[in-house]
Amino acid sequence: MKPSAFRYVVPADLQSAVHARAANYDSAVLSGGQSLIPTMNFRLSHPDVVIDLRLLDELDYVRTDPSYVRVGAMTRQRTLEFDDSAYRANPLIRQTLQNVAHPVIRNRGTVGGSLAHADPAAELPCLITTLRGELVAHGLDGPRKIPAADFFQFIFTTALEPDELLVEAAFPVLDPGEGWAFCEFARRHGDFALSAVACTVKIGPGGAIQRARLGACGIASTPVVLAECEALLVGNKPSEELFAEVARQAVSSIEATDEPEAQRRYRRHLLDGLVRRALEQAIQRTGARV
Amino acid sequence: MSTRQFGERVQRNEDDRLIRGQGRFVDDIPLEGALHGAFVRSPHPHARIVSIDTSAAAAYPGVHKVYTHEDLGPLDVLMPLLIPHPCITHGRTQYPLAHGEVFYGGQAVAFVVADDRYTAEDAAALVDVRYEPLPVEIDIERATEGGAPLVHSDVPNNVAAQFVQRSGDAEAAFAKADHITSIRVQVDRSTAAPMECLATAARWDEVSGELTVWAATQTPIGLRGALSSLFELDENYVRVIAPDVGGGFGPKILFPYSNEIMVPLAARELHRPVKWIEDRGENFVNMSQERTQIHYIDLAATSDGRVIGLRDRFIHDTGAFIPYGIAVAQVASTSIASSYRIPNIEVEFSCVYTPTVPVTPYRGCGRPHANFAIERAMDQLAQELGIDRFEIRRRNFIPPEEFPYAREGLIFADGLPVKMDSGEYDRCLTALEEALDVPAFRAEQEAARAQGRILGLGMAFYVEGTGLGPYEGGQVRVHPITGKIFVNTGLTTQGQGHKTTWAQIVADQMGVDSSEVIVVEGDTGVFDWGCATFASRSAVVAGNAIHKTAIKARQMVLQVAANMLEAGPDDLDLADGRVFVRGSGDRGATLAEVATMSNPLRYAFNKAAASATQFAAAASSDGPPLPDGKRPGIEAQEYFSPPHATWAYGAHGAIIEIDPVTCNIDVRKYICVHDCGKMINPLIIEGQVAGGVAQGFGGAFYEHLDYGTDGVLKNASFMEFLMPYATEVPDMTIIHQETPSPINPLGVKGIGEAGTIPVPSTIASAVDDALASMGAPPVRSVPLSPAAIFAAMQASTVPA
Repeated sequence: MKPSAFRYVVPADLQSAVHARAANYDSAVLSGGQSLIPTMNFRLSHPDVVIDLRLLDELDYVRTDPSYVRVGAMTRQRTLEFDDSAYRANPLIRQTLQNVAHPVIRNRGTVGGSLAHADPAAELPCLITTLRGELVAHGLDGPRKIPAADFFQFIFTTALEPDELLVEAAFPVLDPGEGWAFCEFARRHGDFALSAVACTVKIGPGGAIQRARLGACGIASTPVVLAECEALLVGNKPSEELFAEVARQAVSSIEATDEPEAQRRYRRHLLDGLVRRALEQAIQRTGARV
Repeated sequence: MSTRQFGERVQRNEDDRLIRGQGRFVDDIPLEGALHGAFVRSPHPHARIVSIDTSAAAAYPGVHKVYTHEDLGPLDVLMPLLIPHPCITHGRTQYPLAHGEVFYGGQAVAFVVADDRYTAEDAAALVDVRYEPLPVEIDIERATEGGAPLVHSDVPNNVAAQFVQRSGDAEAAFAKADHITSIRVQVDRSTAAPMECLATAARWDEVSGELTVWAATQTPIGLRGALSSLFELDENYVRVIAPDVGGGFGPKILFPYSNEIMVPLAARELHRPVKWIEDRGENFVNMSQERTQIHYIDLAATSDGRVIGLRDRFIHDTGAFIPYGIAVAQVASTSIASSYRIPNIEVEFSCVYTPTVPVTPYRGCGRPHANFAIERAMDQLAQELGIDRFEIRRRNFIPPEEFPYAREGLIFADGLPVKMDSGEYDRCLTALEEALDVPAFRAEQEAARAQGRILGLGMAFYVEGTGLGPYEGGQVRVHPITGKIFVNTGLTTQGQGHKTTWAQIVADQMGVDSSEVIVVEGDTGVFDWGCATFASRSAVVAGNAIHKTAIKARQMVLQVAANMLEAGPDDLDLADGRVFVRGSGDRGATLAEVATMSNPLRYAFNKAAASATQFAAAASSDGPPLPDGKRPGIEAQEYFSPPHATWAYGAHGAIIEIDPVTCNIDVRKYICVHDCGKMINPLIIEGQVAGGVAQGFGGAFYEHLDYGTDGVLKNASFMEFLMPYATEVPDMTIIHQETPSPINPLGVKGIGEAGTIPVPSTIASAVDDALASMGAPPVRSVPLSPAAIFAAMQASTVPA
């Protein structure tokens, strides 16, 4: 478990980093190193060049504006977790992060690293996808905005071009009174989710659901927006029957895999339950009753 | 006055160093100019080797040598079958490096030695091995059927060994039984996963001709024997040292591993020290494993629940080879009747080859499997007869007055008869029942059910034959210059706290504080008579040997001091590092003074030595400075050999809640009541029990080596092999009970493995209880998982 030989580059600023990336097709980008280093040690990846972004302080920030919580790609997960302005603007961010691995991993792991790694069971990609957030890439031609829905393409595969680096993630803020929840199940605390569900709900003046966002991870090769479920929710008053119907709908979004039938049945049951739990919690946070 | 140390919660002498990161493990041994090794391992569970081309690897810069079996000369021999048994009709062991065929994924094929481990791994990837894969059968039942692919082409039905043991007349018991309960249970493959993986370093001293090997092993003396034999060296010229070792749990009792041959060989041939440190990925496919057994167990009972007969037929997966013989299966077969009287037993097992990592003892060594079989069967019998789970066990316990209780005809893994020495089983079970507060739980369970919550109570009883022979020794010395007390044994310690427990035993005899006693073990250069650390035996076998030795050393001190102080030895006492005339504390001498006086010297190199030279006025006799028949110094050596195993026991109970959505288990209460005889140090014992429960809980609900039907291990990393974190291991309450063993001077029994044994049985029992009202089928295999619990809930006959 020693990595094969690689060249190590530590660019001093974003421009040099982009140039280093463009000049080395077989390069790996090192941000927090929590996934890259183990895969290199297992020799599952052997990049010729490792570009370490640790000097890019310009990518270490959390800025909250009326529409977005904007997070620099090199921001440590733990920093975002503890950021109070981000919490006030969108408390779901903190709750989601508390499900990401363990504190010692969040101390080093970066927000951008997790998003660019694009593990289909990871929490942050699920969150930004569900919220319809936006990612900012930076290449030789300058910055480019990519909607989260287009960013995650397949397992460990994103829309980033070979010369591009992820520089920012923008998480939409929640409206006042909007409810939220993140429900996950992993076999052990801190493991990647078997399944997780992120959700926000906003109740309209008449007590019906005015807006709902629902997404899941661990059920397909990318994080998934459960759009049909959202459609079922909007315009209806929250009820156990409604949530049960939504949960049934969610289960149909699970991508087929070659896992044994017993495991598949369990996964359907789990997602069904997590969706209902997430909706109940989110509704409770709006102050409404089921 | 020094207070008695035995039985006290003494803080561990070793922790300060280890917690500060000052431990010295094999990889920390500074060996200037050391080369590093890496193995090429088979990616196939079974294949013929067509060709091996090492040319590219050998030409890689920084590589010193690439070994295949052709380079081994006289070492190209099958490794020993360490514990032979007449029932092993088809014993197979492996070569240090594969010889034309590989029998499991991970088997060593070639060994690369290079400047550093990075280079060695680079070059290992360049060794071009052509394989012709062969068919495999991973299911141990199908593997024994005619026509199944064979692991070894000359071993029919893949059966290595078959053995039947009988006690009483099971056939007659079943013929007259009122009721017969029959179940099939399965325990699956796991790995011990010690924090430190395997590790070997070696240096040949060109001047002295001595080979020194540092190894993460549980048996330096055993390994030295193997190396002396293989390398044809006198034992004097081989020194094996187990420095700090980061956990053993059994697999480090196996020797020699390929690395333990290749590393010394390379060091000799390359004239450089060589190191090989196993990484985690390798550990999953190289270090021996355990646990797969399938039991078909039948109980013959009277209508009031007394079990009069037991029949068990089980299949034991021994992996691709059987280097440690039938130890695991034999322990399982002789532990099967547990704490129950059951006078008529027939137990039969087959050891079956599978194309997987070889199986040798792992903490529990057959006991968790046997416990799962008997305890699941007892629960089933209780249910069928409508008797409470606690009550049915009470009706079958061996009562205290029936000890020693022999199971005539059953031979334990030490080759000696099964004879249980002492126990108060009913008292133990009652303590568990009270701690669980069963009536209160039933009320809570009922109330919770009304809210859609699922609670369950589980329990299991266990016994453990501990303290196996043949023998261990101890040496106690009082150093003549410093007066410090040194204790040596032939054992090793991998976290058990020997530096504290041995010190406590010796401190009581020598009248010092246990922190002042220095324990050195795991080094054949220091003490080289003995066996190894395994089978929950250290406290029993070495502990008693050290106790006997310390008594002898005390007598020596008293003899010398009596001479010095002109008093009778019976008038003297030892305390606070001094020996003195009882009742007159001033008339005494320090241990250093006594040690000095006991050693007549020629040279007065310091003040103390001056008083011990041959020219100093002799305190008493006119004879020679060292009288005939006396030895210089205070140094004693004694041995202890137990007549047979001593049987510890205990009861575990759990209250769990099952989440209906995730089907995960939350252990709300976990109680361990245990009896390991007299306790040397309750603090260390609690650590052993808690660690055992953690490992047992892994075996109950998390840890499973996932070999696919193609024989490939699919989860060889800590990401996918689910060892529970501290967050998953339940909080537990440990209740001590002390029934001394009558068969050793200290009255102690072993504790090392106890915690692991009944946990799967306890959790299974709790899940059954939780899902009983739904009519779910009982748990019959471990490890469990949320998916398995969900499947049971789905199969329920009553809607949730």
